[in-house]
Amino acid sequence: MSFTRSYQSVVLVKQVPDTRNVSGNVMTADGTMNRSALPAIFNPEDLNALEMALSIKDQYGGSVTVLSMGPFQAAEVLRQALFRGADRVVLLSDRKFAGADTQATSYVLKCAIDKLGEYDFVFCGQQAIDGDTAQVGPQVAEKLGIPQITYAEAIIDLLEGEIVVRRAFDLGTELVRCQLPCLLTVVSTANKPRPPSARKRIEFKMAAIPHEYPRLLNQWVEFRDEQALAKYLEQRKLNIEVWGAADLDIIETNLGLAGSPTQVYKVNYVVLETTDSKDIQPTPEGIQALITELVQEYIVG
Amino acid sequence: MSDQRNVWIFIEQEEHQIAGVSLELLSKGSEIAHRLGSQVWAVLCGWQVEDLVEQVIWHGADRVMLAEHPELQVYRTLTYCRAIIQVVQASKPYIFLMGATPVGRDLAPRIASALKVGLTADCTDLLIGDYTSKKDNTVYKDLLYQVRPAFGGNIIATIVNPKTRPQMATVREGVMRCNQPDYTHQGVVEKVDVAFESGDFALQVLSRELREPTVKLMDSPVIVAAGAGVDSREEFELVRELASLLGGEVGASRAAVDAGFISREHQVGQTGSTVRPRLYIAAGISGAIQHLAGMDQSNKIIAINIDPHAPIFQIANYRIVGDVAEVLPLLIKSLREKAK
Repeated sequence: MSFTRSYQSVVLVKQVPDTRNVSGNVMTADGTMNRSALPAIFNPEDLNALEMALSIKDQYGGSVTVLSMGPFQAAEVLRQALFRGADRVVLLSDRKFAGADTQATSYVLKCAIDKLGEYDFVFCGQQAIDGDTAQVGPQVAEKLGIPQITYAEAIIDLLEGEIVVRRAFDLGTELVRCQLPCLLTVVSTANKPRPPSARKRIEFKMAAIPHEYPRLLNQWVEFRDEQALAKYLEQRKLNIEVWGAADLDIIETNLGLAGSPTQVYKVNYVVLETTDSKDIQPTPEGIQALITELVQEYIVG
Repeated sequence: MSDQRNVWIFIEQEEHQIAGVSLELLSKGSEIAHRLGSQVWAVLCGWQVEDLVEQVIWHGADRVMLAEHPELQVYRTLTYCRAIIQVVQASKPYIFLMGATPVGRDLAPRIASALKVGLTADCTDLLIGDYTSKKDNTVYKDLLYQVRPAFGGNIIATIVNPKTRPQMATVREGVMRCNQPDYTHQGVVEKVDVAFESGDFALQVLSRELREPTVKLMDSPVIVAAGAGVDSREEFELVRELASLLGGEVGASRAAVDAGFISREHQVGQTGSTVRPRLYIAAGISGAIQHLAGMDQSNKIIAINIDPHAPIFQIANYRIVGDVAEVLPLLIKSLREKAK
């Protein structure tokens, strides 16, 4: 019997506003955006990344640890990860992380991955739908000093210390072989992410970060106080860890706004309008007049 | 060197073919360098690619940094990073631009991370201007304004990198105009040696299959694009017929692509192609901001939509409120009669 090893994976996920479905009530009359009107969701391609990590675990054994950097509300995507089969989840949250660009964000993620210890893979989505930069993955890989495989669509082969991956672009594919550990950024065509499992939904229903304990206490009146609740959750490993700057081996000047080389100079809300416009009647005469005008103005040859 | 404020362009080549976006960036780079009173320097990596240098110079490069090595024949993140970081550290560019192609989007963030500099992805405009830091009121002269859409195209942000150099940005293909080559333009070629380290070969490319785009949306003078309002094969055929009569291409909104009427290559918008044809006909497209972001620079826009309040009408030069199934045949008929 051939010896097959198991693999330890880290998945980086982000909670994002659902910018794909911006409707009327999101853009206000003065052209600004009402962000609270946008639902917060699991970044779609991060689900593809999680699925790829979980399928490696299904096939070879090992573990899947999910990290997310964000405000306390991002604990929700970590619960979603537990419902789908993650073994361990950690929220990276600290006021000091706020205002981070991709450089400062990838630095925190790198420090957190270092703290986790040994790993074979880091997975993330190809890009997040709020920023669309696709920069954090490669920047984490560089800071960890490991190779990266962006646009990863399929794992073709996984041998002892090497992986063969198919990369997918709009206009073609590439097959690469890479040493482990490595970082993969996963595209949406990679797989169909599994839904939350009903059993795990029940098992991890109460998984929470300490910030959420007061809300849980209201729901679960049988606990006397937060301490009793905390003890109960810890015993069942339902306490979602939260790491701040103090929990990481970190240089504080690299964090947040101060650690971000890019600064936002200004933001303009998009108001598209044309001053030169006319109504055309959907009648044979109206259309004929339009075509005549277009020909006269050399727009139609 | 650092006070030269040179503008660097990464020249992407695949099998001896320079990417269109690299030539577009040479045009934009020349404009920025002119404003700064500096030069355009190009970085060209590959193996036996020296004959491409001429083309790079004709498009505006004053100096070409040429890194040739068998290990650079096929693009790989780590080998290209090594080569580029070495030349950047030796010559300290002020600005460094790359195409937001699969290669540029893989390479630029890795380089920015290694150099600990700021990078802005997918810029739609680049300008030079001053910036006053809100933190300490320091005034930074002649920074690169990096303009890009964010939040799914709902906002346009202007980003600056006040302190770190080079100021890095990627730009999508088709967004910047490409000038005609100037065959009298002179430039210098500087060959650079690359010292690889063993870890640079952690990844091998086993095979690579790229196909030519079957649709050339970006070069087409006329685009007839279909949206959710075109909801049958028959109506879609009308769109194709109109496009062919006008000598144009068929475009689509995400809704039409998702509905399966047409392939993703035809998609116009923030996650598709950015186009600026002479004439854009939007058939049954409501005008989600993501779509508008990819076509609002078109010279003339005709919008056909059943809903008089559709956002597309806000940017249309000709508004036709009506059913595409009725309006498209009228347009086709009128055009046929003109042709007689």
